[in-house]
Amino acid sequence: MRRPTSTIAAAGVVVLVPAAFIAVFFVFPVASILLRGLGGDGLSALADLATSPRQRGVLWFTVWQALVSTVLTLAVGLPAASVMARMGGRAQRVTRALVTVPFVLPTLVVAGAFEGVFDRFGLDAGAFRLRHTVWAILLAHVFFNYAVVVRTVGGYWAGLDRRLEDQARMLGASRRRTWWEVTLPRLRPAIASAAAIVFLFSFTSFGVVLILGGPRRATLETEIYRYAVTRSDFSTAAALALVQLVAVLALVAVATRLERLRPIHNRPGRVRRGALGARWVILNASVALVLLGTPIAVLVERSLVAGDGYGLANYRALATRVRQLPAPATIAIWNSVVFAIAATAMAVLVGTLASLVVVHGRRGLSRLFDLGLTLPLGTSAVTIGFGILIALDEPPLDLRTSWWIVPIAHALIGIPFVVRTMVPVLRSIDPRLREAAAILGATPSRVRREIDIPIGARGLVVGAGFAFAVSLGEFGATSFIPRRPENLTAPIALFRLLGTPGDLLRGQAMALAVVLMVTVAIVVMAIEMLRGSAEGGL
Amino acid sequence: MLTVEDLTVRFGATTAVDSVSFELMGDETLALLGPSGCGKSTLLRAIAGLQPIDGGRILLDDHDLAGAGPHERGVGLMFQDHALFPHRNVADNIAFGPRMQGIQPEARIERVAELLDLVGLPGFGARSVATLSGGEAQRVALARALAPRPRVLLLDEPLGSLDRSLRDRLVDELPGVLRAAGTAAIHVTHDHEEAFAVGDRLAVMTKGALRQTGEPERVWAQPATAEVARFLGHTNIIDGTDGLRVVRSDAAAVDEAGELAVIVIRSRFQGSDYDTLVRSSNGDELRLTLQERLVPGTEARLRLDETRVIALRE
Repeated sequence: MRRPTSTIAAAGVVVLVPAAFIAVFFVFPVASILLRGLGGDGLSALADLATSPRQRGVLWFTVWQALVSTVLTLAVGLPAASVMARMGGRAQRVTRALVTVPFVLPTLVVAGAFEGVFDRFGLDAGAFRLRHTVWAILLAHVFFNYAVVVRTVGGYWAGLDRRLEDQARMLGASRRRTWWEVTLPRLRPAIASAAAIVFLFSFTSFGVVLILGGPRRATLETEIYRYAVTRSDFSTAAALALVQLVAVLALVAVATRLERLRPIHNRPGRVRRGALGARWVILNASVALVLLGTPIAVLVERSLVAGDGYGLANYRALATRVRQLPAPATIAIWNSVVFAIAATAMAVLVGTLASLVVVHGRRGLSRLFDLGLTLPLGTSAVTIGFGILIALDEPPLDLRTSWWIVPIAHALIGIPFVVRTMVPVLRSIDPRLREAAAILGATPSRVRREIDIPIGARGLVVGAGFAFAVSLGEFGATSFIPRRPENLTAPIALFRLLGTPGDLLRGQAMALAVVLMVTVAIVVMAIEMLRGSAEGGL
Repeated sequence: MLTVEDLTVRFGATTAVDSVSFELMGDETLALLGPSGCGKSTLLRAIAGLQPIDGGRILLDDHDLAGAGPHERGVGLMFQDHALFPHRNVADNIAFGPRMQGIQPEARIERVAELLDLVGLPGFGARSVATLSGGEAQRVALARALAPRPRVLLLDEPLGSLDRSLRDRLVDELPGVLRAAGTAAIHVTHDHEEAFAVGDRLAVMTKGALRQTGEPERVWAQPATAEVARFLGHTNIIDGTDGLRVVRSDAAAVDEAGELAVIVIRSRFQGSDYDTLVRSSNGDELRLTLQERLVPGTEARLRLDETRVIALRE
């Protein structure tokens, strides 16, 4: 077949741009970590890790807090999933959007909100102290990941044919027996998949552990940060990052596997809604309200405290520079928005091209891209930040002082979101639509323009929204980037404010957290709405 | 005029289309009849340019289509499940082909209105395709396929996804629409009644090859092989001393003086006549349409109309 040179050139751009971006800003930094970790100093650091009781303790704590977080989240989330599964279309959509808000809140905002709760209810000291305990970390993890369980399991549950339960009851099984023998076995893949994801998120949790765990609680993530940023001991940090990388890759492999095992059940409209006990609904709604609502409400309340009453003093104070910050918090917010726009633009460009390769490329290429673009999602933000710190510090790629380093790091984290929303949309386009367009006279490039791009656009908007929200709240990777006034993002400013002892800056921190939370929440609610209408048919 | 010469398509070791040759004239409709998996859809896709071919030639008005992409062939294709563009309304779906041809907006609007009239959906232009019923979507798909004035229209099981009564109605309408549009068409189906109704000519395809081509009446009355006969709805294929014979279901009548003695197995009333299963004295089972009810288990005598008993070539 004839292939005009312009087509070949275009195909080249489609493949090369994302490949180069990922190679330079992800593969190279990760390779640098590997080299450091397995190099001379790194090996001895790695050997030290194995023998040091402190590091063994860190590793053990990382694992068990993730495990307990997962069990607790399932315990709270599964009952709620049963309610969600039987809600009507609109109610389900609204609930889904509401429980998702905590999940997408910036970690620093959540950490700040829990600090606020501890302040407000006197849990910062005494017999019921939660501040700087493992309970603070576990609570925050449940707060975050509640949505993962409710959405994954609830959505799956809603698609199950309820006639099987009816049949079991008709055959003489009690309600409990039916749940145990009919419902649970069918839910198992969804539960396993949700549990794997919650474990992964808790395992790689960074901001929450750093703030809420206090100086004595350390996981692999915070330990990498301490060695790399506080002590500038790159060899030990690289050795830790290596351990982290291997663990996370294994976890991602397991999670992906479990997700694949989950058969697709989707029979919207055919599902009969069973009656739910009112007490059950009220119980779950109360749990959700207390668990998810309290930190958010207290955060807002704390931000409004002014002297002995309430007022906007804390918000006004955001415009003035305090000693702890290189610039006023308002500038940090502005920076964050600009960074988010730049990061989203990059993520959308790279992510869209890459999605086209994943969907339309030759098999090997498609696999490679699929893997290469999903890895940053699994790799923790801390690893990405650390990799960039040690890799991009020499000419010709000395980007440490460049303005672009922040949006590039954020784009890396956003790209998987774009790819993961775009690929299913592009894949779901019936190939016959393209054939029909071709038969009706559209050239191959015209087919892309007329079919793939307009249909993929909605997926793109959703992916871009996520990339934007993630960039706004990004803390892990950004915390590794050398600090300069023009680099100051809102989460970093929040970290500094929260980390300042005493009550002096607490109010300002709460106000900043509220601003960040509201911005992200608006973006996420807009995405949910778009997504909901997309599912309802075009 | 479409000419297909020795067209062959292979998928690995299997030959999906095995050196098929035929011609399609002016504005005639060829009904391509075959069981599912016989290669008829692959044949259509090859003609449309969606399926690379492994041998043979496809000529449209003596012009070889080798190397021409699907968008350059002037061939139309209508898919079984419509494949309407979900992000465009009815009018924009129909206007797609003319737009690709660079036809001006005013002329496109005119063409869309003309086609909506032709398929019996005037005023549907602004409707979203998601709101169409199965039959409406089918008509829009037909209008869209006809809009760029293809020289040959390929219809891949166009009525396959519709329910019986709607299908019957469209079977009645389709030939009229195609005639009005003045297009030659290949109508693929696995239903012999549909094939009889729409085809000016009938081609029976099994296992990748064309077995018999001709006017529907002639093919039905004189099937070339037992396989073709079975596929056309003949059930009584008898292996006699002088080779295979087909006894048409309308070949017998009850007659006391008839030469054929049978035992009645069952007799089922089906409206105007009786669907009757009998066993002849030499053990052959025959399914016949008779005018009167016979009592199962009894003996009866039948007269055979020898002009309705067909000797097969193999």
